[in-house]
Amino acid sequence: MIKDFLEWIDHRTGYRRIKDEVLFENIPGGARWRYVWGSTLTFCFFTQVVTGFFLWMSYSPSAQTAWESVYYIQYQMSGGWFLRGVHHYIAQIFPVLLVLHLMQVVIDGAYKAPREINFWIGIFLAHLILAMSLTGYLLPWDQKGYWATKVATNIAAIAPIIGPYLQRLIVGSAEYGHHTLTRFFALHAGVLPVTVGILLAGHIYVFRRHSLTYKKPTSKPDAAFWPDQILKDAVACMAVLITVLFFVLRHHGAELGAPADPSESYSAARPDWYFLFLFQALKLVPEIWGAFILPGLLITLVLLMPIAGRWELGHRFNIGLVASVLVAVVLLTYQALNNDWNDEKYFKAVAQAQVDAQRVKVLANSPNGIPPSGAVTLLRNDPFTQGSKLFAKNCASCHRFDGNDGTGKRITEKPTASDLNGFASRQWLKGFLDHEKIASEHYFGGTRFKEGKMAKWLKKKLPKYDDDQKEDLRKAVIALSAQAQLPYQRAEEAKDRKIIEEGRSLISDDIGCTDCHQFLLEDEEAIAPDLTGYGSRDWMIAIISDPSHDRFYGKKNDDMPAFGRDEKLTLREIEIIADWLRRDWYEAGSEEE
Amino acid sequence: MSDQDAQTESRSRRSFFKRALATIIGGILAAFPFVSGIIVWFDPLRKKKKDAGMVRVASLSSLPDDGVPRKFKVISDKQDAWNTYPNVPVGAVYLRRTGAQEVEAFNVVCPHLGCAVDFQSKLQSYYCPCHNSTFAIDGKINDPNSPSPRDMDKLDVEIQNGEEVWIKFQNFRPGTKEPVPIS
Repeated sequence: MIKDFLEWIDHRTGYRRIKDEVLFENIPGGARWRYVWGSTLTFCFFTQVVTGFFLWMSYSPSAQTAWESVYYIQYQMSGGWFLRGVHHYIAQIFPVLLVLHLMQVVIDGAYKAPREINFWIGIFLAHLILAMSLTGYLLPWDQKGYWATKVATNIAAIAPIIGPYLQRLIVGSAEYGHHTLTRFFALHAGVLPVTVGILLAGHIYVFRRHSLTYKKPTSKPDAAFWPDQILKDAVACMAVLITVLFFVLRHHGAELGAPADPSESYSAARPDWYFLFLFQALKLVPEIWGAFILPGLLITLVLLMPIAGRWELGHRFNIGLVASVLVAVVLLTYQALNNDWNDEKYFKAVAQAQVDAQRVKVLANSPNGIPPSGAVTLLRNDPFTQGSKLFAKNCASCHRFDGNDGTGKRITEKPTASDLNGFASRQWLKGFLDHEKIASEHYFGGTRFKEGKMAKWLKKKLPKYDDDQKEDLRKAVIALSAQAQLPYQRAEEAKDRKIIEEGRSLISDDIGCTDCHQFLLEDEEAIAPDLTGYGSRDWMIAIISDPSHDRFYGKKNDDMPAFGRDEKLTLREIEIIADWLRRDWYEAGSEEE
Repeated sequence: MSDQDAQTESRSRRSFFKRALATIIGGILAAFPFVSGIIVWFDPLRKKKKDAGMVRVASLSSLPDDGVPRKFKVISDKQDAWNTYPNVPVGAVYLRRTGAQEVEAFNVVCPHLGCAVDFQSKLQSYYCPCHNSTFAIDGKINDPNSPSPRDMDKLDVEIQNGEEVWIKFQNFRPGTKEPVPIS
């Protein structure tokens, strides 16, 4: 039955002749492991095409959807991380196999006449594969890919005369954006793989025309491509696949950094590891040499190899050339890695990038999800991510945050305003309402209020407090702190409801805060900052906006600028600082936003 | 059996083993990328649509007493793959007052093949412009030639605070005899 059917097909297509031609090639001297590299490359290309098509079905190339769709593939689609991981790590193994293939060809002299043209096709193919890697690196539109690729396209701009035009054609606009992605994607998934496919067919066809380059005289009997060499090829491809799977499973797919943000430069952006030698070379010589003249000369020498190889001396020179280039590449790569390993700034930037990447995934997974404006706005609007940066930039010249500038950087100069870590919390207020601590650097020590009414009052009254009065003060602290409605004190406050109620009346009556401060009731004669809603979101926004408002310090305001009134910060920035100080941000698993 | 025969036999057995092994490994290698891709491609079948819950669509006073239907947009959050769109139109309904505190709601989507029906006041019936399905004012098929397999899709209605009309907005699979919610 099947036989008849195949007969019928063969009669109409002649497929058997093609099949026989493909399978029954003679391998002079028998099948050998050193012949497998071309097949492993073909296998990798095939796998990239197939996995690439499936990724394409879920990928969306635009500045607001590229990262988002990759995030969706990676974290929301079943098996998406695996598919993307395979595509990523095969791209990583490609350059290794290219080098092995090239080495085998050069050492065995397979580039010599009459195989010159096929050698040139091969060199061209290698460049196309690298171009696919380069274009693919940008597509997830994460910080790493964005900034690293930006360097690459800026290098294009250095090219004499046509450089700037070339760059704009590649980027698709004056700036990186939608068209950068659409153009890169069309190259990556269309132009390049189609060209590679055609040239690869030609490469294999011409290779078959001239047959293998084998060592003469042969020591073993000839063998057939099928099944002897194919088995070896298949085992080698399987080894490649297992290596790839090892990395895919170990890293649970490919990395995805934080979404690209043109306003947040990423200093640890590096090209993929196999381009590091170029990256390093650019540091050592002027760009025009590192990016154009030296690589150009090198490629010319490589292209001339089949000519030089006509003489035995030339062949040796070629082997020496390939060997020394490889050594140089290894050394430059090592140097590049070594520089980074010894660079604290690099590690810091990488660590920060990991924090951001982690954070954006938490936000993307929140009930609010990813807005149409893209995931990058999640981070830009996130108090957890932006608060410390805004604090360091705008507040840390006077204030401290746990002794540092908010981002963890120590500041040695003396502060001229209070430390705002845990501001309005029970802990913070307990220290503030302590006659021994109020004038310390942590609180009013660096301000004009060091000798102010509050400090004086504390110093006069507190030493005389008996135990009951101390207990009253403790309750007042708890009540005042409850005004802030700090998210991290919510659980305690739910338990201490009675104490809070007691403390509230103590603030107004026994302790007498309301002699100077306004608290809960409107008080036009108040001469000190308002304690109603002290430390709450609204209160914080209001005081940062204008501390010299009558509600707060009025004319007695020390040096604090009116960030809102004088438009030093936008309302949103002030909100972010307030939320950050109150540690009021989305946490995974919490019900609210 | 001569030595030579034995040798040939062992060689052919080895060759068979090689062929089998090469075919198996080659088959795995060729299938691998397709399998990894198809698993992801089948993802939509695993995804469930989030239940929208009750949505407020109109106020009771905006519905005429005479029971003439009015069309309202349904505004709700929409999830489209990775994006969440807050408060966007996700569909439309016809609301019709059937009593002082009673309202009927119909999804405007025609149960036939999913076009939007239109209420025509002259004919006092709903009419689908795509394939001429018609429905009476109460959503029932009113013409034996109507191609729709079922009446218009009725949605659960709740009147809250005596004035707000809330509905459970759902889309249903077109073309089936019984309404099947799309989940």
